[in-house]
Amino acid sequence: MFTCTSTSAENLTGYSSFQKKIAKMKIKNRLRHVAACLFSLFFFTTVLFAQQSLKGTLRSASGEPLVGATVTVKGSGRSVVTSPTGEFSIDVPAGSTLVISYVGYQTREISVTSEPQITITLQSAGADLNEVVVVGYGTARKKDLTGSVVNITSKDFQKGVITTPEQLIAGKIAGVSVISNGGQPGAGSTIRIRGGSSLRASNSPLFVIDGVPLENDNISGAGNPLGLINPNDIESFTILKDASAAAIYGTRASNGVIIITTRKGRGGGLRINFSSLNSASILVKKVDVLSSDQFRTIVNDKGSAAQKTMIGGANTDWQDEIYQTAFGTDNNISLSGGLAKLPYRLSIGYQNLEGILKTDKMQKASLGISVNPTFLDNHLKVDINLKGSMQKNRFGNQAAIGGAVSFDPTQPIYVKSNRFGGYFEWLNATSPTGLESLAGRNPLGLLNQRYDEGTPQRSIGNVQIDYKFHFLPELRANLNIGYDVSKGKGTVFVSDSAAADYSRAGRNTEYKQSKRNTLLEFYLNYVKDIKSIKSRVDVTAGYSYNNYLTTVFNYADFNAKRVKLPNTDPAFPFNKPENTLISFFGRANYTLNDRYLLTATLRRDGSSRFASENRWGLFPSIALAWKIKDEQFLSNNNIISDLKLRIGYGVTGQQDGIGNYDYLSRYALSSANATYQFGGTYYQGYRPSGFNPNIKWEQTATSNIALDYGFLDNRINGSIDFYLKKTTDLLNEIPQPAGTNFSAFIIANVGDMENKGVEFSINTEPIRRNDFTWNVDFNITYNKNTIKNLTVIPGDKNYVGFQTGTIAGGIGGQFVYINAVDGPKSTFNLYKQVYDSVGRPLEGVFVDKNEDGIINQNDLFKTKTADPKVFLGFSTGMTYKKWNASFVLRASIDNYVYNNTFSQGGTLSQIRGNSVLYNASTNYLETGFNGNSQQLLSDYYIQNASFLKMDNLNIGYNVGRVFNKATLQLSATIQNVFVITKYKGLDPEISSGIDNNFYPRPRIFALGLNLGL
Amino acid sequence: MKRIYKVIAVMITVVILASCTKKLDLFPTNDLTPESVYTTSTGYKQALAKIYAAFALTGNTGGTGSPDIPTQIIADEGNSDFLRLYWNLQELTTDEASWTWQNDAGVRGLHEMSWSAINPIISGTYYRSFFQITLANDFIRQSTDENLAGRGITGPSADSIRKYRAEARFLRAYQYWILMDLFGNPPFVTETDGIGTVIPKQTTRTELFTYIESELKAIETELIAPKANEYGRADQAAAWALLARMYLNAQVYTGTGKFTEAITYSNKIKGLYSLHNNYRELMLADNHLNTNEFIFTINYDAKYTQNWGGTTYLTHGPAAVPGSISGTSGNWGGLRLTHNFVDLFPDPSGNTDKRAQFYTTGQNKTMTDLYTGTDGYSTTKYRNKTRSGGPAPNADPAGNWVDIDFPIFRLAEIYLIYAEAVLRGGAGGDAVTALTHINQLRARAYGNLSGNINASQLTLDFILDERGRELYYEMHRRTDLIRYDKFTTAAYLWAWKGGVSAGRAVDSKYKIFPIPTTDLSSNPNLKQNPGY
Repeated sequence: MFTCTSTSAENLTGYSSFQKKIAKMKIKNRLRHVAACLFSLFFFTTVLFAQQSLKGTLRSASGEPLVGATVTVKGSGRSVVTSPTGEFSIDVPAGSTLVISYVGYQTREISVTSEPQITITLQSAGADLNEVVVVGYGTARKKDLTGSVVNITSKDFQKGVITTPEQLIAGKIAGVSVISNGGQPGAGSTIRIRGGSSLRASNSPLFVIDGVPLENDNISGAGNPLGLINPNDIESFTILKDASAAAIYGTRASNGVIIITTRKGRGGGLRINFSSLNSASILVKKVDVLSSDQFRTIVNDKGSAAQKTMIGGANTDWQDEIYQTAFGTDNNISLSGGLAKLPYRLSIGYQNLEGILKTDKMQKASLGISVNPTFLDNHLKVDINLKGSMQKNRFGNQAAIGGAVSFDPTQPIYVKSNRFGGYFEWLNATSPTGLESLAGRNPLGLLNQRYDEGTPQRSIGNVQIDYKFHFLPELRANLNIGYDVSKGKGTVFVSDSAAADYSRAGRNTEYKQSKRNTLLEFYLNYVKDIKSIKSRVDVTAGYSYNNYLTTVFNYADFNAKRVKLPNTDPAFPFNKPENTLISFFGRANYTLNDRYLLTATLRRDGSSRFASENRWGLFPSIALAWKIKDEQFLSNNNIISDLKLRIGYGVTGQQDGIGNYDYLSRYALSSANATYQFGGTYYQGYRPSGFNPNIKWEQTATSNIALDYGFLDNRINGSIDFYLKKTTDLLNEIPQPAGTNFSAFIIANVGDMENKGVEFSINTEPIRRNDFTWNVDFNITYNKNTIKNLTVIPGDKNYVGFQTGTIAGGIGGQFVYINAVDGPKSTFNLYKQVYDSVGRPLEGVFVDKNEDGIINQNDLFKTKTADPKVFLGFSTGMTYKKWNASFVLRASIDNYVYNNTFSQGGTLSQIRGNSVLYNASTNYLETGFNGNSQQLLSDYYIQNASFLKMDNLNIGYNVGRVFNKATLQLSATIQNVFVITKYKGLDPEISSGIDNNFYPRPRIFALGLNLGL
Repeated sequence: MKRIYKVIAVMITVVILASCTKKLDLFPTNDLTPESVYTTSTGYKQALAKIYAAFALTGNTGGTGSPDIPTQIIADEGNSDFLRLYWNLQELTTDEASWTWQNDAGVRGLHEMSWSAINPIISGTYYRSFFQITLANDFIRQSTDENLAGRGITGPSADSIRKYRAEARFLRAYQYWILMDLFGNPPFVTETDGIGTVIPKQTTRTELFTYIESELKAIETELIAPKANEYGRADQAAAWALLARMYLNAQVYTGTGKFTEAITYSNKIKGLYSLHNNYRELMLADNHLNTNEFIFTINYDAKYTQNWGGTTYLTHGPAAVPGSISGTSGNWGGLRLTHNFVDLFPDPSGNTDKRAQFYTTGQNKTMTDLYTGTDGYSTTKYRNKTRSGGPAPNADPAGNWVDIDFPIFRLAEIYLIYAEAVLRGGAGGDAVTALTHINQLRARAYGNLSGNINASQLTLDFILDERGRELYYEMHRRTDLIRYDKFTTAAYLWAWKGGVSAGRAVDSKYKIFPIPTTDLSSNPNLKQNPGY
């Protein structure tokens, strides 16, 4: 689709009066006018004007040069592609028309005048309602969308050193929360769309990359399975948030769907792009612990005689010792173009990043190939996508993080001894190893003496064949065959002199796992405009087969010299967990009068995870939309440029996060070191597993009402969505009446939960000028989660809820959360602290909530929650001539964190320890707790962790042409710029809500260059 | 055009093939169906081994890895084995023990007697008992004569399986005794209740007493004769010992004393066993040699039966004991005894009464503070060494796991049951024999006759103290103190009983534990025990 109109006619130098005239023509008569204008252009082009050389620069509305866009001389077949600085040069007859197209942007046509140098601005497709968006099993015109679908393209991605795809969209989309799991390079993220619909099953969205749905599970040896996808290859994300959009994915859609589309070849001449980003990461903040002098004073004051003699003469800041300034490089080269009629894109990426924790390192090489030929006069389209990547990781021993916080600061790092690698360790002459048995080990030794190395590989690929029937072009058949294979393997080596594994003479173990996930999908799609009844029909029906097969290899346990530890041979050499999903799906879109839209979808899923009578689930959805803007009464309104009301309802399912065989009665053989002795023989036992023959899908019904709006030529646009998600048949681990099952808890469909919320987004472009643009985007999300029922008999008063959230400190497991009816999930459940007159907490004194005179578990009370009620994202970008700048802010309101560093480390008994001295949190100086009463479960340790964070700040400069043909752009980025919070620990953004041994997120300074040919 | 039809034909074929080749019926690679486990006598024996292993282990993997008791009940698998859980309830609640690490789940409130219905150690024990009962029920169901015949198992194989079945019934009876003793009125399930078919009814202590008694008597003859079974498996003497112990406490359970029966069953056992000559060799790595005294044991092995509870806990647990003494990698700084208990020994040095195996270096005798690792002596009763002082036979090079077996019943207890039942008026025994047995224990303890007592010294209170000295750290103390009505009352106070340093009486409801809230909410037939 194209038009002769331009939304930014005034930007174009040398714009002809003829063009201005047709720009004013009414869209209503668009086709006729286009034909007319085309005719005129052809006429002028071919008859009136001679060839001229035209130089141009192509920019986005935000001023960034658009690289690789296609500039075609209409009717001649001649085309060029813009350089990395967005420049192009083409020989054209004056008066001819240039068609400029670029994915994610509105296609524009420009008539050529005698001006030799022009600058052209393309509007982002965000404002282009004819833009096509990838939705499940096909595409939809953006203007026809009825569900809550957000599309975000590369121009809006987060900037800087990005190791994993989901970080590209953090803070960018209302209703989507992306929180990295720590500062380790390549760390995964906790992603929640509209709060997550489950308690015990998965709350992670489904990822679909180029049509291949990914499994959520980890890959051995990889910090994060998504990290094996190169973020640089990604063109766009489509997020399906509500059920009417996502229900086509049936049982995997309850937590939303994230569709990733990678960059494709676009034909034309060879284009080469090289980018390099080099970074330095620094530690921003350390956990506040006692200085060595404070520590000495306290031990001398309050320690026993024996403890005083343990004080050392050194002053060691262990946190300074375990962290480093980490350097990294991220290089990508891509080649794209067309060979004969075969558009292709080839990309190679190489990342080499150190972690700020010493010895932590990630190297990643990735390869992406995409070819998209068409045959049979464009009737047969073939899309082939292959992505492969491998990593070489060394995982720094994260036990050193907590170790450095608590290790005695008066001890030196090294001692003059060859034992234990020369590291200072706590000794005890009476122990067989010579080491104090329960003492912490030297944090630096923990790091340097452990080699935990993994080399995961992953390849995802698919062939999609789309055939438009010759005899019935409205009908398409689409076949998609895909795979996702990965292999994770690695070794852990600890030298035999290392104190950590001294008693077992070190460690030299291996692990290996492979996955083979296969996909086959087929659908038919029929699209027809029936002009006679002003209708458009778009119907899809299909079939899908997914098989997920993992092979886990089991190995014996070895010491450093590869001597097998006694009796550690596994019971079985491997295990092959597997599950299969078979689905039938259909979708019908009906558009009446281009104003009233109806979408209905239906999916029937069969899963191997359930018994045959519960195996099949039916997931319907329906949505209506009304394009109010196109009604008579608004069509002449110049202020309102878009207005659409959407209403949707749908049911989705969920089966992720549960076992493959939970419905079957099965007996597992115990391992060789868990046998029982009868006489002189040791028997491996058969243990029956708990099972639930009635287990079935979890279901979430979502209602959504939304308004999409646009004002002033869509320079202000956005949406407001109201949603209500009700999950029934929650897959939840519930207790079994004692004696009725082999496990006291099984996963069963018990309980109801509700999420309701509002999402609001606004995207604005306050300045839109040729050499100066400015855009400001903002989104805010409110989500309220409530558990409605958790028991077989609804409303059972006996049931207090189930506890979760294990904290450090005290073995046997102390829980800080409770999931209980009428409250949100992850509600802190703690004792209410009593304070003295000056506001200091009184140790071990809590409010007797039930007033029975005894303080015990019955006095725990429900207080704050870990999940935020409100979160916000704010992005802005500016361009001025050759400069551009942008930053992203995120904020979270009313989220609380349990400060486990304070609770575990903030007492005198922490310092005095058991047998050796430990350093304490400076919180001890505030409380003076001696640690002799149970303080761990005090609500004193709950702290408000609301925050405002600047994710990144980016400045770019477009150098322009270098070495004749190449073009160059430079950029500088700071990530994790600042955090404003009242939270007293290291970092308020902790998705688990329990702050303990957190890998600090570094501040990253990066310099980048982008060179294009 | 033909080419296009070919393409379509290929597409459709692929789709049809894919939808047919793989079905949705999948089964795990390494697990077995119940039908395949229960087909051979080896399969039956391995299923039986798991019922026994439910005593010793925390799960299906050595150390930790695949727990029997879900983490919702006990988050740390190392704390979820039968012995450690039951031991904690029987000992931490008394004068014999406290645990330093008050932040460990469920610890706080046990010694102070202020526990609630959501204490993980209490619910852990409850679910651990029911785990073993559920396994036993399954086995009993699978091993009916009908099932054996149906699966073609006959002859000696079938005979062996019938013995296994009787043992499964014994193990179930033992666990019901635990539940009766701890919880009074637990829910009740037998092999007739298939998995997931019935919501169990609550039983009463009296009903349960009758049931256990009838079960034990029913299998009395089906079990293998005393000392004739494989080491580690229950025989007739184990059933008799449980009956004797239960009868001694019958007054507590049912209101009616059964001291005569206690004597009857003690008598059946006494003549078959003899005391090992050295008390300090009872709890060693090679104590499987003590078959003259041990009637029924839980077996541990550092190589084959690894877990963080059991005797590993009892060896590492006592505070301050150096690894060189305990034969392990060191101590966990946890278990200490109150000074009130130490005072039961006129000479705590161990020089006279060798049972006084206290570790005192760096320890204060007085338990000034309940949660300070140096307050209170600890004990070296459990040591992972052989009689000769050498390392354990299957020693763990890392010094974690231990090889010490744990006697659930041993002859010394039977002597003490006999003597107490006689003193309490039971028939079938006599005071002279009672005194003889007590002096046999004391002679072994002292290594000579200097500790012997005379008839007038043999009182009920003396027997309680003697039980303390002889059987401490063997999971008897709470039951004993309740039988003497000294558990909750002011008749005997020890440090930090009731949460105060001098000790104080507490509500008598603490004589039984509460039914865990978790089960109350999943089983509508249950009522909470009084007072909770």
